[in-house]
Amino acid sequence: MTEPIRVAVIVEDEPQIRRFVRAALEAEHWRVFEAATLKHGLTEAGTRKPDLIVLDLGLPDGNGVDFIRDVRGWSNVPIMVLSARSDEIDKVLALDAGADDYLTKPFGVAELMARVRANIRRKHVQGEDNIETSVFSFGDVIVDQAARIVKRNNNEVHLTPIEYRLLCQLISNVGRVLTHRHLLREVWGPSHADSSHYLRVYMSHLRQKLEDDPAQPKHILTETAVGYRLVM
Amino acid sequence: MSIRPLSRPDPDQLLAKIIEDADEQDSRVERHGKLRIYFGSSAGVGKTYAMLQAGKRRANDGVNVLIGIVETHGRSETAALVDGLALLPRKKFGHHGKSIDEFDIDAALVAKPDLILVDEFAHTNATGSRHPKRWQDVDELLNAGMDVFTTLNVQHLESLNDVIGGITGIRVNETVPDKIFDAANEVILVDITAEELLARLKAGKVYLPQQAERAAKNFFRKGNLMALREIALRRTADRVEDDVEAYRDKESINQVWKTDAALLACIGTSGSESVVRSAARLAGEFGGRWHAVYVETPALQRLSMTKREQILGALKLAESLGATTAVLSGEVIASVLIDYARQHNFSRIVLGRHAPSSRLSRLFRGRYLHERIAAMRLDIDLIEVSTKQSPSHPPSTDPASPITTSTKRIHWRAYIVTTLACLATTLLATPLVDKLDLANIVMFFLLVVVFVAVKYGRAPAAFAAVFGVLLFDFFFVPPRFSFAVSDVQYLLTFAVMLAVGLITGQLTASLRYQVRVAASRESRARLLYEFSRDLSGALQVEQVVTTTTTLLEPTFRAQIALLLPDKNDRLTASASLPNSVANNATTSASFPQLDMAIAQWSFDKNEIAGYATDTLPSNPFRYIPLKAPMRVRGVLAVRPDNPSLLLMPEQTRQLETYAVLIAIALERIHYVDVAQGALVNIESEKLRNNLLAAMSHDLRTPLTAMIGLAESLSLTNNQNTNTSAEIGHNLAQEARRMATLVENLLDMARIQSGNIRLKREWLPIEEVIGAAIQSVKAAVATRQVKVELAAHLPLIEIDAVLIERVLANLIENAAKFSSPDSMITISAAVKANQFSVAVIDAGTGIAEKMMSTIFDKFSRGENESIIHGVGLGLAICRAIVEAHGGKISAANNMIQGATFTFLLPLGTPPTIDTSHDEI
Repeated sequence: MTEPIRVAVIVEDEPQIRRFVRAALEAEHWRVFEAATLKHGLTEAGTRKPDLIVLDLGLPDGNGVDFIRDVRGWSNVPIMVLSARSDEIDKVLALDAGADDYLTKPFGVAELMARVRANIRRKHVQGEDNIETSVFSFGDVIVDQAARIVKRNNNEVHLTPIEYRLLCQLISNVGRVLTHRHLLREVWGPSHADSSHYLRVYMSHLRQKLEDDPAQPKHILTETAVGYRLVM
Repeated sequence: MSIRPLSRPDPDQLLAKIIEDADEQDSRVERHGKLRIYFGSSAGVGKTYAMLQAGKRRANDGVNVLIGIVETHGRSETAALVDGLALLPRKKFGHHGKSIDEFDIDAALVAKPDLILVDEFAHTNATGSRHPKRWQDVDELLNAGMDVFTTLNVQHLESLNDVIGGITGIRVNETVPDKIFDAANEVILVDITAEELLARLKAGKVYLPQQAERAAKNFFRKGNLMALREIALRRTADRVEDDVEAYRDKESINQVWKTDAALLACIGTSGSESVVRSAARLAGEFGGRWHAVYVETPALQRLSMTKREQILGALKLAESLGATTAVLSGEVIASVLIDYARQHNFSRIVLGRHAPSSRLSRLFRGRYLHERIAAMRLDIDLIEVSTKQSPSHPPSTDPASPITTSTKRIHWRAYIVTTLACLATTLLATPLVDKLDLANIVMFFLLVVVFVAVKYGRAPAAFAAVFGVLLFDFFFVPPRFSFAVSDVQYLLTFAVMLAVGLITGQLTASLRYQVRVAASRESRARLLYEFSRDLSGALQVEQVVTTTTTLLEPTFRAQIALLLPDKNDRLTASASLPNSVANNATTSASFPQLDMAIAQWSFDKNEIAGYATDTLPSNPFRYIPLKAPMRVRGVLAVRPDNPSLLLMPEQTRQLETYAVLIAIALERIHYVDVAQGALVNIESEKLRNNLLAAMSHDLRTPLTAMIGLAESLSLTNNQNTNTSAEIGHNLAQEARRMATLVENLLDMARIQSGNIRLKREWLPIEEVIGAAIQSVKAAVATRQVKVELAAHLPLIEIDAVLIERVLANLIENAAKFSSPDSMITISAAVKANQFSVAVIDAGTGIAEKMMSTIFDKFSRGENESIIHGVGLGLAICRAIVEAHGGKISAANNMIQGATFTFLLPLGTPPTIDTSHDEI
């Protein structure tokens, strides 16, 4: 296995957190660069060509959301945000600005690495050929995007156009948290940004058609007050 | 054939009708009672009987009927009707050693029946009762939402009192204002013929009070009875006509387009009461508004106090008959009246007729008022009414008031000074008699007359003129020292001197009056200006109180107390004596007569009470509610040293103006306080939120590091000894528990700070349930979780984060108290119009003694030593559910375990339109 060495940049002002995140990443053969301030973080992000940025939203020297916008100006690198639990709004802002995922403090090493892997895999999948990605599967569901066919346990499942568009959005961003706003904009169009109850109802239909127990979904997960995430 | 104009109702009238109907509907919401009057021509026609019969019928229909007060006068048929109806016990009043039974209004208000029967509507209550008149009691009952049946004889109607008194020779003092009668919802005429009534009288079926028996015998003459019957019938017919008109207005049936039938009654010096009554009657017939005014001229200013009080009494009567009253001041009555009429758009003036006078006196007096008005304005109708005094009017025997004697004393001093001045002039002029012409000496005397007129007014001036003429004649006109006159031309001098003296006196006196009126108006305006200026500068209630007392006490020469409500709308005395903000105790000490109960009544009802009003007039204080645009802000209690001040309409009106100013100032201060309070709240909330955010960050960061480091320890050390991995694992676990604890404490602090701000959204409940189960996966571990959702659950409007927290806490709790292989069930359904979510476990259940306190802070289930946690979880659940307007409860299951249920209001979910999403 000659996997190329991946590079991560950690932007976090708390040295102990930096330390264990670094340890966790290094255990999986990442090369890690640390930054204690946003300014320094921006330099690191620009010079190290990272495959992942771990960003603490609560940095003393500036707004993490601005940092994300800056980075998104020139890079598609996955950005994982670390945030305090009580402020869903901050998470939504960060995600809408282009962050890929978030972790709520306090979080464990296992959670962190699971998310990291999911995000890297998506990047990997997206990077491959279209033909191969046109068939996507999770659990007992197979989605053939080229043929526009959805099958569950080899039985075709009938989806309405909106349900299908919604599913495609989830698939193309698998592992990533999609905010309500993002989904509404992509599926319904920009004029429907406020009718989030539509999104919730359609998401519920989708679960009823694709999940074993819609009330305990295994793949289409709810990120309360933030959005949805598809996990494989 | 002529084309009739389209009959269209007057839009203004229709609008008035709509507003009236709206008012009616409003009052229906408050359940304003209905008044039915059994109306008869005289005693003995059977009103009480009819009323009781109707009451009984209602009672049989299941209505809650109570007899408030009924006089059966020992008549068996009537008494038989009383049986079987609830009877209110009477209240006893001690009065001059005698005990009087009265209607007990308080008991009636407490009993609050649907319908209450109250006999003798015009009855005058014993002194010490709440209201002087029973109809006022009835008014309160109606306001309290009870229907009332009552009885009334025609002679007790205020406007007919005079007429009937004239016919029968008996005047009654117990009267009911016509407006009350006209406002009754139903009037039922109880009518029998005069013959039948007389027959009943003979048979002893009519009750007559013993003392009045002889007078009453006179009363019950056939002629009288027929006249009374006719009046009663006509009065009822008038009412019916009004009803019909009101109906026609409403149904927009074409009616005569009414011009404004307003009346202006001019109250004169004599027979004013008759003018008022006639005007009231006329106004009633024309169906228009009316004003009663009294014009105070310099001449009328000199009237005795008793006369003035009579006039004020007439004004008060007018007010009670529904008039707007005013006291105007001016030189010429006619022009003042015409000005007033023009300002208020009156086309009719009612005047009292003067007794025919001799030609000579006419010459002397000049033209009568009506002639003057007629000469000045041709477009004003004049209505002259008789001013004949009614027979039983007692001549006023009031002793002269102290003010009259004091003015007399002033007069005596004026005459003495005048005499001295005339004598001094004589002394001064005597040495000059040879050097000056007599014509010039006369000038000295004229000067004295002018001086006296300016200083003391008309009468001393006239006296100075006459006395001066005498002195001049005696001392200066040859032959000197005798009244004889040698030259006839001096008679002319005397005449001119006299005339000049009198005219100058007259002119200066009216000038003085004008000056005084202007000065008093100016001072009134200045005071009002100063008062409003001081009040507008006030920033605290105390300042308003001080301003009020210091400015108003000298102005009205009165004791002033400002009574303000506390938080529970109970009045407390806030101020009294100048320079001291007194508390309750000292106020009642310094104002022993101040009655807080009356003040409270006035505050609650927003009506003036106390001295010379309809409510408890025996109290020396007048209580004026401080009515501001938003609500009543308190009560102004006033007790002038001279109580008759409160009888003067303009003084009362001035007081009311001050009351409005005070009310507005108080309201302004109130809203300033509210705004400041809101600002402080915003600031402190900001501070609290910042503090919580900082704390949450500062606590979370080290915990995150701890968990992370401990976990990396357990992950990286797998090739070393197992113990260190285990230690790392345990460390991480403890740190997580601590994190949960911190989370709970912070949440509780946030909730305790009072305002949880809900971010409500409409969503399917299963989404929140799913997220909650996901978040507590670690705690649930091997336990099986089952979700049972009722079919077709509606969306629910909740704060997803908070409700997820409730569910997570409940599931965690369920897991904590149940064995690792048990099942946890979460169910959601709509029950009794509420959204019900339950978490059911098969654990140890809830101990009986914990049931009541389980949702309190820091309370926990049994086995505290085994299971960790501080028991904040359920308290947080309760706070969140209650913030959603819901309820949370816990119960043990039949067999095993416990069920926690929370109910949320359903609301009206938005509709989801899926039609455009066709397949």
